[in-house]
Amino acid sequence: MSALLDGFTVVAVSLGALFFLAGTLGLLRFPDTLARLHALSAADNLGLGLVVLGLLPQVASPLGWIGLIAVWLLALLASGTVSQLLAGAVRPLDGAETQARDNPAEGPFS
Amino acid sequence: MTISLVVDIGLALVVLSLALWIIAATTVYRAVIGFIVYGLLLAIVWVRLGAADVALTEAALGGGLTGLLLLGAAARLSHHECVPVFGRPAAGPVVGFRLLVGILCTLIAAGLAAVVLLLPEPAPSLASEVASNLPATGVGNPVTAVLLAYRAIDTLLEAVVLVPAMIGVWSLATDQGWSGRPGFLTPARRTSALTLLAQVLPPVGIVFGIHLFWIGADHPGGKFQAAVVLAAMWALVLLAGLREPPRVGSPPLRLAVVVGPLVFIGIGVSGIWLADAFLAYPAGYAKPMILAIEAVLTLSITVALVFLLAGPPAADRSADGRR
Repeated sequence: MSALLDGFTVVAVSLGALFFLAGTLGLLRFPDTLARLHALSAADNLGLGLVVLGLLPQVASPLGWIGLIAVWLLALLASGTVSQLLAGAVRPLDGAETQARDNPAEGPFS
Repeated sequence: MTISLVVDIGLALVVLSLALWIIAATTVYRAVIGFIVYGLLLAIVWVRLGAADVALTEAALGGGLTGLLLLGAAARLSHHECVPVFGRPAAGPVVGFRLLVGILCTLIAAGLAAVVLLLPEPAPSLASEVASNLPATGVGNPVTAVLLAYRAIDTLLEAVVLVPAMIGVWSLATDQGWSGRPGFLTPARRTSALTLLAQVLPPVGIVFGIHLFWIGADHPGGKFQAAVVLAAMWALVLLAGLREPPRVGSPPLRLAVVVGPLVFIGIGVSGIWLADAFLAYPAGYAKPMILAIEAVLTLSITVALVFLLAGPPAADRSADGRR
């Protein structure tokens, strides 16, 4: 039984890490801010969710489960809000996206 | 090579290269964003070193709060900033100044490295004495015992210094703005997403802050970390525009800021009669006294941090139709 649970943990956490890797790639390579935000929140939501799901069998106490799930829910809330705020800051400027494409020297923080 | 060593080396490389990136950043804003990430990475480093108390403080104060203060400063400086043309180094006194700062920082780093490398083996440590005297303080977390029993004077000065810092910020107010409300955290416009966050998160954050304060006696945590979390919740409500900050002239606000240091000093002075030394606790009462000091200090630090973030009081803008 425990070997099965360990296997589940390995698979779920690896999948989560894969989502983080893909999200990071998207953050670095996607053309405009909205697409980068999508990559980032996908990594946060799915990647962290899978990591938390994978870690659940490794925690013995129900308090630990609640803690892990709370971490995921809080991260969901924060990343959703931050994405909304960033998108709202970008969206009114219609020229911003083409500008970002013309200016590849600008980093991911621009 | 074990896997944890690989992780540690990778972490060290990331921290070092991020530090280089911050120095090379072309605008103050980028450097500040890098600094916030740097604080969070340092927190992971402290966790790897087994210092959870320091990690919590670094993440909350070094990354979060200082980062927010620096972001505010960067926003105010952005009008005066001369952005160097990409690919061309900035000319004039800037280069000399940067060189000077770089040389001084290198000297400090070299000095620290020399001290660490020249430590005798085994390194001198008071850890065993702290551990053997821990029962006398009644608290289970050795860090809390050091901060509030063995080296209480340091903590006292640390808590008091926030009051002059706040006075320093307030003294930047204009004549019209004096005794008004601090305006820096007031939003330009309200957004629904931030409003939702400011309504959902504070109940969780307040419980978590009080939890951090309470477990500080026996586990990593304590008043400073708790105060940062509570201050963040208040700042979030202000940022979302759900509430206005109180006027800096309001007596309850001023009382809240000074009550922590006053209680600390009061208990410290009473120790002269009750326990034969300033800041000494009478035998058997150490734990309740430490808890009392931590509780009022949490309140005072929370208020002081929010008002450090909120900036100097500004002239009342409610007259000209703010929504």
